Amino acid sequence: MKILVTVKEVAEAADDFEIEGTDIGEQFLEYDLNEWDDYAVEAAVQLSETYDDVEVVSATIGPERSEETIRMALAKGVDRAIRVWDDDVAAADLDVAAKTRLFAAVVEEEEPDLVLSGVQAADDGFGATGVSLADEIGFDWAAVVNHLETEDDLSLAHVHRELEGGIEELTDVDLPAVLTIQTGLNEPRYASLRGIRQAQSKEIAEFGLADLGLDADAVASPISRTGMYEPETESDATYFDGAADEQAAELAAVLREKGVVSE
Amino acid sequence: MSDVLAVADHRRGAVRDVSFELVRAGRELADDLGGELHLAVIAGDVDEFADRLSLAGVDAIHTVEAGEEFNHDLYAGATVALFEELGPTAVLMPNSVNGLDYAPAVANRLDVPLVADAVDLAYDDGLEATREMYGSKVETTLEVSEEPVAVTVRGGEWPAVEETADVPVDAFEYDFDESASGARVQGFQEVGAGDVDIADAEFLVSIGRGIEEEENLELIEELAEVTGATMSSSRPIVDSGWLPKNRQVGQSGKQVTPDVYLAIGISGAVQHVAGMKGAETIIAINTDPNAPIFDIADYGIVGDLFDVVPALIDQFE
Ligand SMILES: Cc1cc2nc3c(=O)[nH]c(=O)nc-3n(C[C@H](O)[C@H](O)[C@H](O)COP(=O)(O)OP(=O)(O)OC[C@H]3O[C@@H](n4cnc5c(N)ncnc54)[C@H](O)[C@@H]3O)c2cc1C
Repeated sequence: MKILVTVKEVAEAADDFEIEGTDIGEQFLEYDLNEWDDYAVEAAVQLSETYDDVEVVSATIGPERSEETIRMALAKGVDRAIRVWDDDVAAADLDVAAKTRLFAAVVEEEEPDLVLSGVQAADDGFGATGVSLADEIGFDWAAVVNHLETEDDLSLAHVHRELEGGIEELTDVDLPAVLTIQTGLNEPRYASLRGIRQAQSKEIAEFGLADLGLDADAVASPISRTGMYEPETESDATYFDGAADEQAAELAAVLREKGVVSE
Repeated sequence: MSDVLAVADHRRGAVRDVSFELVRAGRELADDLGGELHLAVIAGDVDEFADRLSLAGVDAIHTVEAGEEFNHDLYAGATVALFEELGPTAVLMPNSVNGLDYAPAVANRLDVPLVADAVDLAYDDGLEATREMYGSKVETTLEVSEEPVAVTVRGGEWPAVEETADVPVDAFEYDFDESASGARVQGFQEVGAGDVDIADAEFLVSIGRGIEEEENLELIEELAEVTGATMSSSRPIVDSGWLPKNRQVGQSGKQVTPDVYLAIGISGAVQHVAGMKGAETIIAINTDPNAPIFDIADYGIVGDLFDVVPALIDQFE
């Protein structure tokens, strides 16, 4: 069996950041493996430890810098990685449809039996690529999965979909499928020193559009970001300034005044 | 072609709040476009739902009688079929967990651009959507240069429409064989019951990822003890297994309405805020002055919890 895990390197904004044009200035961004994808990687690696002959391949759309993140996934047990990038991809404003076309081409190349992806990416929070991809490649799917069991012949997955308000939906999904993974599904492992060493020699194959049988049209997007700004704060919060003990004294006074602490 | 189609959300026999908000979002957009608002109600007791959703501003309701509960193949298929029949300029779906499970498929099948999790919409020569990025630290505007377009709408951003009206209801025929669907719902399960119901607490001391390590939870336990507060948390604390699921506040956890909610080391992600914005007084302690939690807080301390919390404990010892 082959499991494809989509892995994104996401940016996080520093506490004090500045917006430059339609994005946060590069110097204020820090990059990391998307939290939700970390759980998807763990789920794939656990399946590879449960069953014989499972290969786990990760797929990333991202610049060379993202190889650092990819190495993290490799160090955690992903067997090999694919990175999709070229000048046309770099120049594009990738929307869900464009990402779907790129990943669908990877799926055609790799023919996985199962695709795992994170529910959403922490930076842009679209939460749509996994299901869109499933629909495009004709796989079944389930979104927001926080519990996963597979039949031993790998024909079927029993999943829980985490709905709002502490309710889970119990669903059976035929495989092959795309599952979008919610945090809490498992406990993502830390990369071991041995894993990190081994990851250095694992393959990261680089694919451009042409390698995937696509051209620049595949990444053309009708959606463009035209503005970014810090939201006007609706808050009229009262701030407690000073040293920690002064702040604490003011806070304590509020708590006493609200009558929630006795004394 | 200037109409809007919106798809209602319901679960276990009840129309979900976001449906009433979708009607507002859809009506506003239809007004900008100069068109009609059509509402789709799919699965379950559709006649009763149509009755509930006969709201001011809706021009027509289309019911699709098939199956009891949400099934993404049914929702995607029926929405696409209705879309093809009505030819709207925009289809609006909720950015709910079920929305996440079918809206991207709708956009893909129709081959239309998808804007997810919109918090505001405007139309002037083309759709302009507002969304958040980087954990709600910034807002962005997106322009969509093609029509029609699919949009998912964040809950809680548009005021619910409550005023009722007499809306014509049309039964839309859509053949659906649930047994042929690749995903079959087997049932539901409630999670998070336990010894304490944080929904009853008057004073919640709530901790987030700012606590860093499980050992450090002791500090918060001590604070809860000296103040007589109940402890709750954001999701990562529960995901890490440091607190049980019944302590999680938020969209997928519990909704709480205490007199005071003290959020410590919690950024204020939308799914967290969904569970606690009903608190009477919200107090936040966070090192990041731009953390979105301060936008809804009544009192704020920009500071390190490892300095502030011990000092606060001293105040009550
Ligand atoms: C479908 C779905 C459902 C979800 N449901 C929920 C839910 O029910 N509940 C929920 O909480 N989340 C939920 N989430 C997750 C949510 O998106 C966030 O990931 C989560 O709320 C973040 O938790 P946090 O604020 O504790 O962590 P972070 O966002 O990492 O924030 C930690 C904060 O701590 C601050 N901090 C760090 N160190 C210190 C210090 N020493 N002193 C003071 N402050 C410090 C940081 O500045 C930061 O603001 C859901 C997500 C999805 C996709």
